[in-house]
Amino acid sequence: MKFDFADQQPKFLMLMYGLVAFVLVVGGLLLLLDVVPAWFARRREAQLVAASVGGGPLPRRRKQREGLFAFFFLLPTLLLLVIGLVVPAIRTTLLSLMDGTSTNWVGLRNYGWMFSDDSIVRVLINTLVWVLLVPLVATGFGLIYAVLVDKARFEAVAKSLIFLPMAISFVGASIIWKFVYAYRGDGDQIGLLNQIVVSLGGEPKQWLLESPLNTLLLIVIMVWIQAGFAMVVLSAAIKAIPGDIVEAARLDGVSPWQMFWQITMPSIRPALIVVVVTLTIATLKVFDIVRTSTNGNYDTSVIASEMYNQAFRYGQNGQGSALAVFLFILVIPVVIYQIRNLRQQREG
Amino acid sequence: MAVFTRPRQAFVIAGVLGLALSATACGTGDDKKSNNAGSAECAAYEKYEGHDGKKVSIYASIRDAEADLLERSWSQFTECTGIEIDYEGSGEFEAQLPVRVDGGNAPDIAFVPQPGLVKRFADAGKLKSLSADTKALAEQNMPADWLKYGTVNGTLYGVPLGANVKSFVWYSPKTFKEKGWEVPTTWDQLIALSDKIAASGTKPWCAGVESGDATGWPATDWIEDVVLRTQGPEVYDQWTTHAIPFNDPKIVDAVDRAGSILKNDKYMNGGFGGVKSITTTAFQEAGLPVTTGKCAMHRQASFYANQFPEGTKVAEDGDAFAFYFPAIDPAKGKPVLGAGEFVVGYADRPEVQAVQTYLVSAEYVNSRAKLGNWVTANNKLDIANVASPIDKLSVQILQDKTGTFRFDGSDLMPAAVGAGTFWKGMVEWLNGKATAPVLQGIESSWPK
Repeated sequence: MKFDFADQQPKFLMLMYGLVAFVLVVGGLLLLLDVVPAWFARRREAQLVAASVGGGPLPRRRKQREGLFAFFFLLPTLLLLVIGLVVPAIRTTLLSLMDGTSTNWVGLRNYGWMFSDDSIVRVLINTLVWVLLVPLVATGFGLIYAVLVDKARFEAVAKSLIFLPMAISFVGASIIWKFVYAYRGDGDQIGLLNQIVVSLGGEPKQWLLESPLNTLLLIVIMVWIQAGFAMVVLSAAIKAIPGDIVEAARLDGVSPWQMFWQITMPSIRPALIVVVVTLTIATLKVFDIVRTSTNGNYDTSVIASEMYNQAFRYGQNGQGSALAVFLFILVIPVVIYQIRNLRQQREG
Repeated sequence: MAVFTRPRQAFVIAGVLGLALSATACGTGDDKKSNNAGSAECAAYEKYEGHDGKKVSIYASIRDAEADLLERSWSQFTECTGIEIDYEGSGEFEAQLPVRVDGGNAPDIAFVPQPGLVKRFADAGKLKSLSADTKALAEQNMPADWLKYGTVNGTLYGVPLGANVKSFVWYSPKTFKEKGWEVPTTWDQLIALSDKIAASGTKPWCAGVESGDATGWPATDWIEDVVLRTQGPEVYDQWTTHAIPFNDPKIVDAVDRAGSILKNDKYMNGGFGGVKSITTTAFQEAGLPVTTGKCAMHRQASFYANQFPEGTKVAEDGDAFAFYFPAIDPAKGKPVLGAGEFVVGYADRPEVQAVQTYLVSAEYVNSRAKLGNWVTANNKLDIANVASPIDKLSVQILQDKTGTFRFDGSDLMPAAVGAGTFWKGMVEWLNGKATAPVLQGIESSWPK
């Protein structure tokens, strides 16, 4: 297709407006953040000078002013949080108590449906399997890899190898793995997995059709993406262990096994918790992989993909919202745990 | 603390410059004007004039090459009337349209392929009823049963636009001639032919229902066609409106009959593998082995003609063509299953109404048909303007006043079933689950 610049002009114009608006807004904000505190600083300075020269009133104490500043800086964030998170959360909760068209109140019927409908119960079980396996396996892989590769000869290369999948989007990764699992009835297999099976003398299989194997195969995709993240964070934590502790342990004559359990693990515990919590939340929200690979068919659906289907494709807003609320409730304890942890660390 | 550091100065300057640039860009844009109004070729568009410079946005699921044809089909109209049509096609149309409408960002016009979705919007009070002009012209040009599908609670909201015929079986006339196979005209002949081909070592059928988000829909067409053939249009209507349950014995019987072909390992699935490969074969690819001789028959709608690679001769004596999916019970006549999209309006500004009226007019349907690859049930369509043989055949079927036509059942059902559990259920069914539990599951999901 030939590209006609004149035809596309409106789009470029739009692009330029976007860029200009971005520059204006960001520039404006930066300017504001620069000017306002500076103005306060200058006024305070002037007041101080006036007070010292003419015996005028001393400026108020700094503490209150700081509270004002903090509020000023927090305001945009608070506003956006209310608009983008709090209001939708309340609305979704209300919608989950209504029917598909969001006109009649039905009480808790949607929640009842969620726990009684066989296919939705299956969805909940699948989500549970995801949440149990992905953080565990990905963190496990990442940790083992980080320990093994630490101070090895080609550490940087080895680390980048496992970190590379992180750069691929979930959708892209799913498409890659769909090819790995691809099936051809007769003739040459184009899927890696089936080719291996065939060359070992087996029959090619349609991997993504059989439950519960297919859910595990999808989990492999997520682990493949996230193991790199776990590895990088944990590797950095391992490197941050003070050298003298390690040295002291060595002098005491610990075995590598003892070194791992008694020095490395306690030292990287905070990092480990961060990784597991982050992965748990990411896994609860998993949507792209399921949608791209199977679209939730063959008993592979999870809460997030089912929520999208119910609310946007089937027009069942109530049932979709109920799933969303449930997902929200599931995430809350994880977040609370994380916050408590952070607080303990700061105090400790 | 310095108020202006150097980078920030640059920021501000860039901002000011950008603003100045955009202001000048504004002045140069949008010089297009219609000067053709009044000329001879614009005579046909006189009744739509008076909205020069107005914009109408259209949102639909039609994309790529088809969308180009669509935009070309109304170029004359926009030139003569000065109404600018802003077309947008989306692959996520069904999911995005409700989002846009509920979000207060509705297009002026949408082409909705599902009467079920039209009903949902009409019930929610989002749709504008048609202008008197559009309604009168639609009643004049469109068959009554098609108008029925665009009508909700007695008000006509959707005007039928394009159409397709689904009751087709694709085959290769060349291969049939070589092997001495006859095009079957009854169900028994169809089964006899399938057995004969299977005995010769070739798989007689191929099928594929993988279609991304919509995986499963081609199988629902199979079921609908068989219900229509074994039970007749009355039972079909009861089924799609939920007057009888989804797992009524009559439907179970029809599904099992479809299964006698679809779930038969002797028949399935030419070139792709066993029965289970149907669920993972893309519907776009499923029928291609017809031309390579790996399978003999593929039941799919008229629009499948577009899927064959370039150079394939789609004609009665070519590489690929389609025959009518045979009737089963002679007492139920020769029913035809089809589908199409409906033009609905979310705005009732005069220029929007003018576009709606135009889309149902004889001028429009003929100008679109001339560009190729398009069929409509509009009876003002001159069959001479339809070039491809399969489109010609489709138009003949659609314009045949004696035939029994029924709209795609899954599109008539509520989306939770028609675009949800019915599709999903068919995938499970093809994947080995028995008929009864699958239909029971779909029945229990019907919105109360």
